[in-house]
Amino acid sequence: MSPLKIKKGSTSHSAYDLRPSYSDTVERHTLAVLVENEPGVLARVIGLFAGRGYNIESLTVAEVDHQGHRSRITIVTTGTPQIIIQIKAQLGRIIDVHKVNDLTVEGPSVERELGLFKVAGKGEHRVEALRLADIFRANVVDSTLESFVFEITGTPEKIDAFADLMRPLGLQEVARTGVAALSRGAV
Amino acid sequence: MSKTMTGAKMVVQALIDQGVDVVFGYPGGAVLPIYDELFQQEKIKHVLVRHEQAAVHAAEGYARSTGKPGVALVTSGPGATNAVTGLTDALMDSIPIIVLTGQVPTFMIGSDAFQEADTVGITRPCTKHNWLVKDTEKLSATLHEAFHVALSGRPGPVLIDIPKDVQFATGTYTEARQVETHYNPQVKGDLAMITELAKAMETAKRPVFYTGGGVINSGPAASQLLRELVAATGFPITSTLMGLGAYPASGDNWLGMLGMHGLYEANMAMHDCDLMINIGARFDDRITGRIDAFSPRSKKAHIDIDASSINKVVHADFPILGDVGHVLEDLLNVWKARGRKTNTEGLAKWWGQIKEWRAVDCLKFTQQGKVIKPQYALERLEALTKKHDRYICTEVGQHQMWAAQYLGFEDPNRWMTSGGLGTMGYGFPASIGVQMAHPDALVINVAGEASWLMNMQELGTAMQYRLPVKQFILNNERLGMVRQWQELLHGERYSSSWSESLPDFVKLAEAFGAKGILCSDPDTLDDAIIEMLTHKGPVLFDCLVEKHENCFPMIPSGKPHNEMLLGDASTKDAIQAGGAVLV
Repeated sequence: MSPLKIKKGSTSHSAYDLRPSYSDTVERHTLAVLVENEPGVLARVIGLFAGRGYNIESLTVAEVDHQGHRSRITIVTTGTPQIIIQIKAQLGRIIDVHKVNDLTVEGPSVERELGLFKVAGKGEHRVEALRLADIFRANVVDSTLESFVFEITGTPEKIDAFADLMRPLGLQEVARTGVAALSRGAV
Repeated sequence: MSKTMTGAKMVVQALIDQGVDVVFGYPGGAVLPIYDELFQQEKIKHVLVRHEQAAVHAAEGYARSTGKPGVALVTSGPGATNAVTGLTDALMDSIPIIVLTGQVPTFMIGSDAFQEADTVGITRPCTKHNWLVKDTEKLSATLHEAFHVALSGRPGPVLIDIPKDVQFATGTYTEARQVETHYNPQVKGDLAMITELAKAMETAKRPVFYTGGGVINSGPAASQLLRELVAATGFPITSTLMGLGAYPASGDNWLGMLGMHGLYEANMAMHDCDLMINIGARFDDRITGRIDAFSPRSKKAHIDIDASSINKVVHADFPILGDVGHVLEDLLNVWKARGRKTNTEGLAKWWGQIKEWRAVDCLKFTQQGKVIKPQYALERLEALTKKHDRYICTEVGQHQMWAAQYLGFEDPNRWMTSGGLGTMGYGFPASIGVQMAHPDALVINVAGEASWLMNMQELGTAMQYRLPVKQFILNNERLGMVRQWQELLHGERYSSSWSESLPDFVKLAEAFGAKGILCSDPDTLDDAIIEMLTHKGPVLFDCLVEKHENCFPMIPSGKPHNEMLLGDASTKDAIQAGGAVLV
């Protein structure tokens, strides 16, 4: 019998890879969320995290396809494996969300963040800051006789390390973009 | 051939094209152009409610009793904020409704204008999706997409916020078939996993079907397939509050409702089963009780249209993502093709065990003396209305649980109750929506006096549209469920849980021009119910019942299924400190 007249179709959201391991370890995952660039779409994503009590470690968003009107939101979040699965499923329910990719589990990926560091100082400190910036391949994007602004890109860990080194040398202000990430390889 | 028209006209045209015949609403400044268009046509009836919350609940009642989307139309600001409870209710129970709100003109948005509220901001977490339409050219396409989103996948409420200047401006009308959408949730389940489940069904010794609102939402075909599957396998079946009627209460394999106030045999079967087949239910906390002691020895299959429901609280050994109707059809076909096998020996033993649990007769009560027991009132209501073309709504509380226990539902879409959100004040406006959809049917709202008072103003609506809804109030002059918890949990300190200064319900009915009936005597109850049924218009039936009756069976907070309370004798110290924090 085939009495059903329900429209057929499919989405990329599947439950079959949802196999929770019941582990209590908190994991850090980087999620790439491709969304329709509509007003309020970021509020929907952030509201979901706030409303259901999920963590956001970092979040970046920009339109990546102007023609197709698509934005890519990169979210770094933490939680037990079960929570991470739930976060992905909940993101998948948002109508404006086209695709959710978990870069942490879907093979190798690259993560980069950009940081701007204002360091003020004179004499030895100033020389040392410049020398370390060189080692970290940071660029000087602004300078006065008493200060530098360094631009540095890299993994969040590299930027953390740079911040640790700059702190005793007169670190005044930091701006970081949060993580942008892509999977490695052709697809 | 493109048609040019005003935004307000587009709204009405889109509703007509989507097959809408009734809109529940309340006018105001920001929706006047739409009301002007409604005035000038005859295809859509408008029902003027007395409060916007009621418009949304009425739309829910319409949707649940028909399977079609319900529509509500309210103004900006307070109109929209009053709709929030109804939206949240529909979201929790997965009810497809479309709420249209007026908004201040686009050039005034953000200026704190009169009756301005950030409606899409406020309703973002309580809708499946919402839209603020700032361009008349996009209005009709958005309206059509809204219907698609509300009805596809897991159904839910959607809201469209329409600024007044967008209603006045003209644009091109887009037909529904021209609208493209990327939202097409998967409806077919994975055949390999369905086959795995069919195999497990062949060997299971103690299987149970645990069904929910998803079966109802999937449409009548899903209920039909479910009945076929149950009859063919001979497995026992229980259902959540939301799923009542998908399998008939008179069916041989019916165990009754499960959960916090579910039947003993249903909860015991859930606890002791070795294969649990969840069809369109979501392991709600009212169902599972203590989660780490929930059905400890069973393999669990979970059929659901929403990926986020699967593995949310309970691990699924057989996760099947898809529409219940499609999956049941495939499951039935696969199981038949594999030779229609079941473990007959195991099943016979299992039914023997279930028979013993049934013998406990957990719903038994004794009606004696001159005070009506609420259970007796419902038992008589059931006996006297069973043969009618009947729809039942409820409010929220003890009466709701008793209604679920003592009334039998033979078909889907006959039972409208606020399950997830537990909204007092839901039932009366919902009954109005049901009666609008089924003018000749018997529509009864089983209520408590406290819940009923929360939307009593709708008596005006019922009278204006001559809707013969029967309000069957089990009046114990208490907030019965609150009182019961205070008795069990808070040392019998009844903090604010009784209603003083209740109105004379008969006079109240008469003040609106409706009929009021008071009954306090078990001997005259039948006659009074018959009087209610034979009266042509709305009736307010004030049934004075036992004031301190508790609702049993009950799984206390923090307890597993096999530790049910069956009656007052077993309640002492039943809820311990750990369970007291739970609701």
